[in-house]
Amino acid sequence: MELPKIEQRHKDLLEKLCNAAGVSGHEDEVRKIVLAELKGKHLNVRTDALGSVIATPKQRDASKPLVMLDAHMDEVGFMLVSDDGDGLYSFELVGGIDPRSLPGKQVLVGNDKVPGVIGAKPIHLTTADERAGKLSVESLKIDVGTKGKNIQPGDRAVFATKLMYVEDNIFAKAIDDRIGVAILLQMMELEFPNIQLAYSFSVQEEIGLRGAKVAAQSIDPDFAIAIDATPAYDHPSPDGSIENSYYNTKIGLGPAIYTYDGSTLNDPRLVTLFKRVGEEEKITYQLRQPGGGGTNGGSIHRANGGVPTISISVPHRYTHTAILLSKLTDWESSVRLLAAGLSKMSYELTKQPRP
Amino acid sequence: MKQLVKSLTEKFAPSGFESPVREFIEAETKGLFDEMRVDALGNLILLKKAAKGAGQPKKIMVAAHMDEIGVIATHIEKDGFVRFAPIGGVYPRNLPGSRVRFVNGTRGVIGVEEMKPGDAVSIEKCYIDVGVLSDAGHPVCIGDVAGFDREFSEVGGKWVAKAMDDRIGVAIAIQVMRAVKDSANDIYFVFTTQEEVGTRGAETSAYSVDPDLGIALDVTGWGDTPNQKGLSIKLGAGPAIKIKDAGMISDPRVVKWMISAAEAEEMPYQREVLLGGTTDARAIQLARSGVPVGVVSIPCRYVHSASEMIDPIDVENAVKLVTRLVSLPVHL
Amino acid sequence: MQYIKTLLKKLMDAPGLSGFETPVADLIRHEWEDTCDEVTVSKVGSLHGLKKGAQPVGHKARSVLIAAHMDAIGMMVTELHGSFLRFTDVGGIDPRILPGTPVTVHCSGHGEVIQRPGVIASPHPRAMAPTNGSIPMNELLVDLGMVEAELKSQVQIGDLISFNTHPMEHGSDVISGHSADNRASVTALSTFLRNNKNRQFGWDVLAVATSQEETNFAGAYTSSRSASPDLAIVIDVTFAKGPGSNDWKTYASGKGITLGLGPNIHTGFMRKVKSIAEEIEIPISVEPMPKHSGTDAYAVQVANAGIPTIVIGIPLKYMHTPVEMVNITDIKRTAKLLEGICSELDDKFLKKIAWDHEENDGTAED
Repeated sequence: MELPKIEQRHKDLLEKLCNAAGVSGHEDEVRKIVLAELKGKHLNVRTDALGSVIATPKQRDASKPLVMLDAHMDEVGFMLVSDDGDGLYSFELVGGIDPRSLPGKQVLVGNDKVPGVIGAKPIHLTTADERAGKLSVESLKIDVGTKGKNIQPGDRAVFATKLMYVEDNIFAKAIDDRIGVAILLQMMELEFPNIQLAYSFSVQEEIGLRGAKVAAQSIDPDFAIAIDATPAYDHPSPDGSIENSYYNTKIGLGPAIYTYDGSTLNDPRLVTLFKRVGEEEKITYQLRQPGGGGTNGGSIHRANGGVPTISISVPHRYTHTAILLSKLTDWESSVRLLAAGLSKMSYELTKQPRP
Repeated sequence: MKQLVKSLTEKFAPSGFESPVREFIEAETKGLFDEMRVDALGNLILLKKAAKGAGQPKKIMVAAHMDEIGVIATHIEKDGFVRFAPIGGVYPRNLPGSRVRFVNGTRGVIGVEEMKPGDAVSIEKCYIDVGVLSDAGHPVCIGDVAGFDREFSEVGGKWVAKAMDDRIGVAIAIQVMRAVKDSANDIYFVFTTQEEVGTRGAETSAYSVDPDLGIALDVTGWGDTPNQKGLSIKLGAGPAIKIKDAGMISDPRVVKWMISAAEAEEMPYQREVLLGGTTDARAIQLARSGVPVGVVSIPCRYVHSASEMIDPIDVENAVKLVTRLVSLPVHL
Repeated sequence: MQYIKTLLKKLMDAPGLSGFETPVADLIRHEWEDTCDEVTVSKVGSLHGLKKGAQPVGHKARSVLIAAHMDAIGMMVTELHGSFLRFTDVGGIDPRILPGTPVTVHCSGHGEVIQRPGVIASPHPRAMAPTNGSIPMNELLVDLGMVEAELKSQVQIGDLISFNTHPMEHGSDVISGHSADNRASVTALSTFLRNNKNRQFGWDVLAVATSQEETNFAGAYTSSRSASPDLAIVIDVTFAKGPGSNDWKTYASGKGITLGLGPNIHTGFMRKVKSIAEEIEIPISVEPMPKHSGTDAYAVQVANAGIPTIVIGIPLKYMHTPVEMVNITDIKRTAKLLEGICSELDDKFLKKIAWDHEENDGTAED
């Protein structure tokens, strides 16, 4: 098959997706974009009880395996928990955010996207001890300047960052995992005569892989692929004498194929398949370093009687902060690897011996 | 039995790579079951049907996990050293000086970066030395897995091996398959995968088996060595019947049933309340519309080290106990 | 009001630790047999009371599951230590509240369980490892006033330990005692059933007193899966304002109940219930639950293909202590709100709470 490319329309879509707000549990704005993209597609589309968008074949053809593609719509962010007066709100973190990355950031609050900031005490008024100490979330507030209009506890807030394409670079919030959402939507443009595809645009990945669990239980696929974004910690080691051996992934080296993470032992037969098509099609790929962390694969592979599952992720730096950095080349290699792999999938895979 | 345990514990099968053990069990249990299947996660599910005319047989799932803890290569350094991540609950303090064997046969020893007095060993500071000097043409790739390398041995009448957790459960299940003649129940012997990384194999196999009753066979901790606190379990004092662990509470009816069976067999048993850890029984309990579960545990010293020690007397009694439990009609 | 007080006190006094709910389940069954069409027990000990609905004409049969966990926190014997017992907690207990607490040990040494009073003792400081204040649970002991041989014959590892205090009434509306978490919610659910005994709602109502919420949500996971309802309502206690507890996570006791808002909760359903509450004048606070709701909703929501779920909270002071304090008015309000919700259940209800009003939205599809 002719492998896909990233065109301008895909870039425009990713921009729209990344700029949308979709904190775990309140993915509404992203869901609207996804539902609009699904209009007119020859698929059964529904929003499930948690808010995930599930798109399945109109008619199941049992001679072909059903492959579930998953990407999560939600992003890390904040929930306002109390109105402290004068436009100040206490908040809680939703998803794994390091409070140290928060002071001095711009945010957008609520459905009306009211501009706000997370301030910090002026350096002049802090003591040396304070500056050396840890920041607590309780000490930080979201400030919308004046008495909030139409804002109340329970509202979500996201980073205000707008996406920028700079040469080969993508700077944006929420690349994790809007890039996966964009990849799923791009896969719908392709034809795979060997398989049938079901799509899950899942909610609540960042707070325990919950949307994908429910989606997999109802789709009950033969195989599943979780498409996500994965951190790259490919920075110099603080001690120049020691090799940086804990980088997770490196940007620019292509999609990261997972073998083992905190949530999943990826099906070794799928790992072998995707490595092989990578070699055959000369697509740059890397192995994500085994270790902790996880993706929606973690809940999908345990659904019902079990699902052979693999995760493939686009690497990015600065995970779960206001601004992430990813590479267009890695994005394109990811869609190519995924398309190439999908075109080779069949029931035969389950008959191959496992290690 | 000793030969069986030796063969089983000397296989290498870290979570997700259970095939050597699965193949061994398949060969060992030939002719002992009526149906066999391997599911999507690699669980080996063997059904031994109830004797003809057994009325309305109950579906009993007996789970023993095939996998063991291990390590997985994360990075090959320029000078040939292999960095790694743990698979399952690997204690860093047990690492320095350990030997490992990769599934592809490569052997290595674990070293640790120089430490200051008082430093705790962390996995990040450890590396595997496979005796090569460069990353070029290295025998290990990122994602390769290894088990701890240690032979079975007998020490003062006790058995010591790596992966006694849970090959001893596997061995008991195999012996029970041999011992059960005419059962009143449909017994699903499920040799599960990926227990050490979160009872995952039991979760999917319990879903597909959908049993009326679940029994996990696994090791438990011990309290009979110097300054070992929190658990009153002794080696040789009988199999332990689990009442509670950190992940679940056994069904009180199942506990009662197990205790009366042990008493009927006039064998020693111990009551177990384990403060940390859990077993496949948790996953079975939570499957579908819920399953009454219990655990027959084998007291085991030094769990999750390369020298896990058990008493063969407890094993013998466990076989007797489980054989009785699965053979006779069950009325909870 | 008197019904609520009497039932609550009776339920609080009944044993029923996580995994061992039978004694309290029997009491609840007694109530529900009178008000439900069918009462059954699940494979892991949850109690199900089915109240059949009229069912919307020409539509698929619908059901709402209303869950309140019936299990209580407590302790369990881990070791016989001379003439004393060592123990662990069942559910989460702060060991700092324990020294000097009267307890009941459910002794099984002679077969049938015999309840014996005892007290939690902390050893003399010189007999413990040095500590900078609090005494860890594994240093605490239970004293039954028995000599070693007697203790050995009476008590076994795994025997249960519950708090040995009886509920107290404070004025006309307030009751305190152990296990008000979550017997207060079970009382609210039972009150709702009793008040509507002779009424048929549009949908089936499945009341569930879940087991093992305090340990691994076994009851909620399994009952929601087997019932596979169209909607679920979880009732649990939430934090009331009190000494040392005054931040955003707390709500004034007696001043109304809460509705959770967060990822475990279906936003459309929650908004609809909020408007129902406003209509029937039940004071409601919206309780932000940014992540895990800490209730059965966590398990119920992800059953099968997912279940739209809400959480109703009854403010409770001193949670997970032997003197949990709750206001009867809030229990009454909860029962009234359940009635308000169930009265609205018709063939259009699912449409009214749908996520978005997109053409493709299938939340309300049959």
